Amino acid sequence: MKARRKEEGRWAWRLTGFVTVCVYIFMFAPIVATVVLSFNASMFGGFPMTGFSLQWYGKLMANEQVLAAFRTSLWIALVTAAVTTAIGVVTSFALVRFEFRGKQALSTLVILPALVPETILGVGLLVLIKAVDQPRTMLLLVLGHILLAVPYVVLITQARMVGIRRVYEEAALSLGASRFSSFREITLPLLIPAVVGGALLAFTISFDNTSASLFWRPAGVETMPTQILSMLKISISPEINALGTVMILVTVGIPLLGGLILQSLTRLKRRDEPKEEAR
Amino acid sequence: MKRRWTLYDPRLAWLLVAPVLLLLIFFLVLPIAVMAAYTFFTFVTAGVETSALTTANWHEFLTDSYYAGFLLKTLRVGAITALLCGVLGYFPAYFIWATTFKHKWVLLLLLIVPFWISFTIRTFSWINILGEQGVINVALLKMGIISEPLPMLYNEGAVILGMLHFLLPYMILNVYVSLEGIDRTLISAARSMGCTSAQAFREVTLPLSLPGLAAGLLLCFVLAAGSYVTPQLLGSGRDALFGNLIYDTIMGELNWPMGATLSIVLFLVLGSFAAIYTRFMGMSQIVKGLGG
Repeated sequence: MKARRKEEGRWAWRLTGFVTVCVYIFMFAPIVATVVLSFNASMFGGFPMTGFSLQWYGKLMANEQVLAAFRTSLWIALVTAAVTTAIGVVTSFALVRFEFRGKQALSTLVILPALVPETILGVGLLVLIKAVDQPRTMLLLVLGHILLAVPYVVLITQARMVGIRRVYEEAALSLGASRFSSFREITLPLLIPAVVGGALLAFTISFDNTSASLFWRPAGVETMPTQILSMLKISISPEINALGTVMILVTVGIPLLGGLILQSLTRLKRRDEPKEEAR
Repeated sequence: MKRRWTLYDPRLAWLLVAPVLLLLIFFLVLPIAVMAAYTFFTFVTAGVETSALTTANWHEFLTDSYYAGFLLKTLRVGAITALLCGVLGYFPAYFIWATTFKHKWVLLLLLIVPFWISFTIRTFSWINILGEQGVINVALLKMGIISEPLPMLYNEGAVILGMLHFLLPYMILNVYVSLEGIDRTLISAARSMGCTSAQAFREVTLPLSLPGLAAGLLLCFVLAAGSYVTPQLLGSGRDALFGNLIYDTIMGELNWPMGATLSIVLFLVLGSFAAIYTRFMGMSQIVKGLGG
């Protein structure tokens, strides 16, 4: 009896492992297929592979529209990352350290842009500027992206801020530091992992945004995702697969690199000051 | 009269939150308010409307079964997607939590990586799997199992598959976070009292992970029902969802009052699901899930 039960448990565990493996394959198989196909020599965007070729990357580099869209997206994402991180840090500082009326309501409101479907946010902003008779501008698009990224940055920085004890800042203040320098010298350095993490996430959210950008972009402007979308209207081609691969390298490579740099930085620091950790 | 600033002065707090507050007011609250007002505007012709108040848009929405059909289809697809996510997502979450594998951070990292890959790319990459020249069809043709490519793309199944693909990491992370919050001594206690591992799971682990599962279901449902790109890329015209209807009404027909009406409807419907959820579960679980 007992042996049979044990056997059952083992089978349940095997099933769990099997489904897990299937889910991981499910998540990465299409991406792998896209990367592989980008090196296909065939004229058509599909299997079978007829040979290895880099010609689609060459085509891509010569495609002025794609390059323009890439530059546009890069700029928007950089500005979004910088501004959102700054806003996110001061907001988390206020939400964690201070008590004020409406704090609870504000922390709920800050999360909302992540929960409201982008289509609704997209239409809403468009209706507003139509009502006040304003054109769609780049500034609008960037501010929209900042709105979409703010919830994530606030959540990340807030989680870290909670772990930084306020006595450190207060000690600096009591020793005569100004508010600003206590923030800059004490809080910010301890917050760095969350700042970097938040900035990277904001960058990818902006660089990747599709639905809302379709509504908000100024006439004639294409961002990288909207450019891909309009290229897909014709059909899938090896060039799109190559473009996808480049995008994957950028958006996966940057955070991974950032994470590695961060890890080696903290490791170096730990070696210097063994008891520096905040918690 | 000037009051001295105290250490944690609420006025300073307001100064610090001013940027985010302005952003939220002008880009979230005001747009939705203006959009709500727009639902009562009169549509004249493409791109033109007057502020003469009318209930015509709401009347059209409520009486034309075309819109109700769209809404029901969207909710159905969203619900199917969320449930499939729940079933398929629980196993990996449980596995990552329970495994004694030394490098489980790799499994977690692999869950985060898809968030970094462009959603558009992840969606169109399914064409390389399901399309006429995709992996499956080419392999089956080569093996001689089929003589014609199977039409697997541009139907509702493909749309649900695509949404499953981008929503599964959300679900797995949500369940994982709530599993991580379980005090493991409770399970050892159940086992030492004579529970089998199945009983311990059913009586202790599963109930305690339900908040994460519920948060994941809500998130997946809302994101699926609000989606635009997936039906556009993987579905046919018949598989369009409410988000596509809104986009076409505004960007295609330029009927802004009706587009605003449809947006508000979607907002209210999805919002009420979220409200029911927070009524029972509170916001904290969603926040935990989003923060990864």
